[in-house]
Amino acid sequence: MGPVSPTQCLRNRLRLRERERQRERERERERERRREIQESELQKFYSRLVKLLQAKELSHETVDSLQRLHIILFATKFTRTLPVELQKRLLSLLSAPAEQIQVLSSAVLRETLPLSGQELNYNQENAAQLNSHAAALLLSRAGSRAELSSLCTQFLRSLESRQSEGPAHSFTHILPIINTMLTHSPECLTEDHVTLLSKKLVDWLRYASITQGGGASSGGFFTGPRLRQPMPVAELDGTVSGDFFTVLCVGQGFTEDQWMNVYSFSMLRHWLLTYHSVSTGSTTADTANRVRLSLSLSHSLSNDDRSEVDGSVVSMVSATSSSSRLLPPKERLREKAFQYCQRLIEQSDRKTHRRIDAELQKACLVEAVGILDCVCVEDASLVYRTFPCIKALFGRLSSDLSFARVLLPIAQFYLNHGEMAAVDCESVWKVVFGRFPAELFNDAFLAHELLRFLRLNLESLQLRLPQYTRSFPNLLKFLAWNSPAVVDDFVDLLPSLVTTGTAVELLHTLLDLPCLSATLVLQHRSTCLPISDTGGRSLVSLDAFRNPSFRGLFLFLLRGEAGSGDTIDRLSTLHEQLAEAASWPRVVQCAQTVPVLLHIFFNTVVTIADQKLLAHLILVMLERSSLLLSLRTFIREVHRVFSCHLLRLCKLQPSLVMDQSHELVEFAGTTANVYNKEEMYTHVVWVLGEYLSVSCDSRCSVRLITSCFEALEAVLFEITSSTPPPGSPCPAPRVITTLMSALAKLASRSHDLIPRVSLFLSKLRSVTRCGSVTWCSDEEDLVAIVTRGEELWSLLKTPGVAQSVLTPSAHVTTPQWHKDTNVSMPLQMRALTSLTHSQ
Amino acid sequence: MVRCFLIHTVCQLSALSAGESRVLYSRVFGPDEGVLSDQHRELSPEERRLLQKEKAAVVARQVRSAVSLFREASDRQLMEMVPGDEALALQEADSGVVRLRAGDPFSEEMSALWLGVQSLAFTLVCEPHENLLLAEGTLRNLTRHCLEHLHMLGQGSEVLLRSHRIDALLSRLLPHGQLLFLNHRFAQSLEKEVVAYMAK
Repeated sequence: MGPVSPTQCLRNRLRLRERERQRERERERERERRREIQESELQKFYSRLVKLLQAKELSHETVDSLQRLHIILFATKFTRTLPVELQKRLLSLLSAPAEQIQVLSSAVLRETLPLSGQELNYNQENAAQLNSHAAALLLSRAGSRAELSSLCTQFLRSLESRQSEGPAHSFTHILPIINTMLTHSPECLTEDHVTLLSKKLVDWLRYASITQGGGASSGGFFTGPRLRQPMPVAELDGTVSGDFFTVLCVGQGFTEDQWMNVYSFSMLRHWLLTYHSVSTGSTTADTANRVRLSLSLSHSLSNDDRSEVDGSVVSMVSATSSSSRLLPPKERLREKAFQYCQRLIEQSDRKTHRRIDAELQKACLVEAVGILDCVCVEDASLVYRTFPCIKALFGRLSSDLSFARVLLPIAQFYLNHGEMAAVDCESVWKVVFGRFPAELFNDAFLAHELLRFLRLNLESLQLRLPQYTRSFPNLLKFLAWNSPAVVDDFVDLLPSLVTTGTAVELLHTLLDLPCLSATLVLQHRSTCLPISDTGGRSLVSLDAFRNPSFRGLFLFLLRGEAGSGDTIDRLSTLHEQLAEAASWPRVVQCAQTVPVLLHIFFNTVVTIADQKLLAHLILVMLERSSLLLSLRTFIREVHRVFSCHLLRLCKLQPSLVMDQSHELVEFAGTTANVYNKEEMYTHVVWVLGEYLSVSCDSRCSVRLITSCFEALEAVLFEITSSTPPPGSPCPAPRVITTLMSALAKLASRSHDLIPRVSLFLSKLRSVTRCGSVTWCSDEEDLVAIVTRGEELWSLLKTPGVAQSVLTPSAHVTTPQWHKDTNVSMPLQMRALTSLTHSQ
Repeated sequence: MVRCFLIHTVCQLSALSAGESRVLYSRVFGPDEGVLSDQHRELSPEERRLLQKEKAAVVARQVRSAVSLFREASDRQLMEMVPGDEALALQEADSGVVRLRAGDPFSEEMSALWLGVQSLAFTLVCEPHENLLLAEGTLRNLTRHCLEHLHMLGQGSEVLLRSHRIDALLSRLLPHGQLLFLNHRFAQSLEKEVVAYMAK
């Protein structure tokens, strides 16, 4: 066989592709077919299931089929309609004795649509008697706020009517249901509800039994007498509990009211937040409440304080609390919540051997401080009673960073109430802005909570805490470590960190963010790994990190506060040492967030900065464009952002070009920039050509225009007369045309320069006529360049016209179509041509 | 309040395009958000169900990205686990939290806590003011039970075929989305019920 020709090869490939397509079509048809079969099989499956459900005893097969039905319904995005008969059977199964069946029927029905006009198997009065799974279904099917309101009322009423009839636990799911409804629709609440539930919560929270529940006597010959003499509940460390029951009390078993204590405390904070928002809703309702509250006062009086009846040993908390029996329900609940939280804080100090309990203690502290904050917001008089306890707690925990998550709510408390109580908060902020970011930057949950704390309190932080804005080098550590998770928060926070005092340093810090990320990795590694172990490969950067001569550089990156200088001298040394970090995923992820943040930074800074600061920022941009960690995409993106904002700043304040003319001309006169910073270079040249003019700034002299012209001319001459340096591509055509336009613009403002441009342009034409050139590989590009050259050349032949076209006065530029010189020039030329021709 | 609990994949699946995640279990607590929002009130029940499914899918996708980026950054190799390694798998699990902005996909801001175990993620979507320390503990506890009772480190598909077990688990440890403060005694008593249910 001879060699295969390219056309044959192509034909073969096409045939293969065609066959592939055919197979794909067949597969599609097969899938179609399967779908069809499924539908008919489904119907069979339904009817088989109906038969199974008719049987008196529900078999394993029934359970399996129900589960299978659930998968079928769950797996499709679209709703399948079940046969009416099946739906009805499933509804009746909701109250089946076996829980498995309840769960399954509820799960299946949640995936279907209610039949029209079909209501769940309950009448308006007994919703609260449904089991938890049926109730969940009922809730998920609620079709409107009104329906939810009526359900809410029913569930609340059921709390009132029943004490503990029915099996244990039947009661417990009602509080979570109520809480769910209030979460979604707080307007369900009426003042009556608030009173009712507040009273119930007081009972469960403060007066749950303090003896162990029935579980203690689970059989056994010798347990008999114990049953008659119930044991008191214990604290987590095993000592006998001396005060009222809380979630941190343990026993062999629990009574129903102890379970209710757990459920009540679990929903307490949300309840306080919700009823708070309800009662502040309208003032007319408020006065009505007061009447009702005074009426209910008699009720609370009759409600005897059972804790005294119990005759338990009264601890500090109970002893110090004032008698609250005379308070109306809401205030009474507040008082009891206050006592409960104080007791929890006390209890959290007890030693426990189990991790689950130790974690619960922390979670309880978070909740308790949150609740105390809540009640203090409502009733400022409680602030003075609460602060000693909060202060003591802070003192106890502040040095132990494993309690960091607890310290955040404490910080919130200080922020909300510190001023009122005239408490010194400095040590709190030292921990929050100092140690947290510096030492716990790798704790994702703390980062999330701390940044949320900042977002929520932004206004008061900015107003009252100058250390907030100063702490940005520290806060940015969260971003440097875990960029994807927190970038969203920083998008919101960054504007608040930009001030006239911090702008320059912040800009440098943002640009050094990938370096910070690498440094944190090194810091993490050097603390986690022994010096000898570098994970198999030796890292230049890790050696540098441990090298005392570079210590200062790394310490600057790791600084906790702003103000020790905008940046450092030996940045390039640092970049060299960190060069290998450019491939570390964490550093790459971090670098990807920088351009977004830079955009936000510049957008914010133009709203607050004066011209001096903006001029300084331009300087930083020019400087830092060549001082970046060597990640190729990162550098390109940063240059793009710089270009975009350089243009915006100059457009906003054209005299900025005059302010920084020396640096801009120097930048534009460096040939290397054409090749490695094309984007930036083009924009700098354009800005010089556009705004270096007397009409923008009266300080602009002929000498300056000439020196700028000469710098640009030299570069243009160099790049169009020699081959590009080895390794670099040809200069972009856009750079060349921008340079030509800028030269023509400058010449139109200083007519002595016109012959020099013209000479260059004519040379350009003659060179290109001879054929290809080394500095432009694309024929079309070359034609475009030459055409532009010819246009400019002929324009410059009539200097008066050239000036009006290339440096149009303000009233000509105001119309939008003139904004882009590149686009509008041919348009202007055509307009001028038609004018001259008509004459 | 916890808004929903999800179990979904965080690995590459041949049936899905890159970055997608397959939701294996999802449970939304409480009434449907769509019914209560003005924006979606006009939707038919069928459309609302679809919207709810899509919301779960959005959360799953976001968490999937978070897990992969997290794993990429921490540069740690996943250890192969087999049934019996549940405790170790849980100990080795990656965890984190994703901020879900208001409107994306829930009408209010939410925090999605995730626990990445091998190729699966267990995700709790909480209201952000919720006690996240408690939520974290609850999520760990739920995950442990799921791994054990549904043999999720094995090859089988019990997570789909025994999803009622997860329902039963949730009804005790996270009833109607309510996070509970359970000390070890309360937890033991609930676990006894769970074990009794699983034995059936």
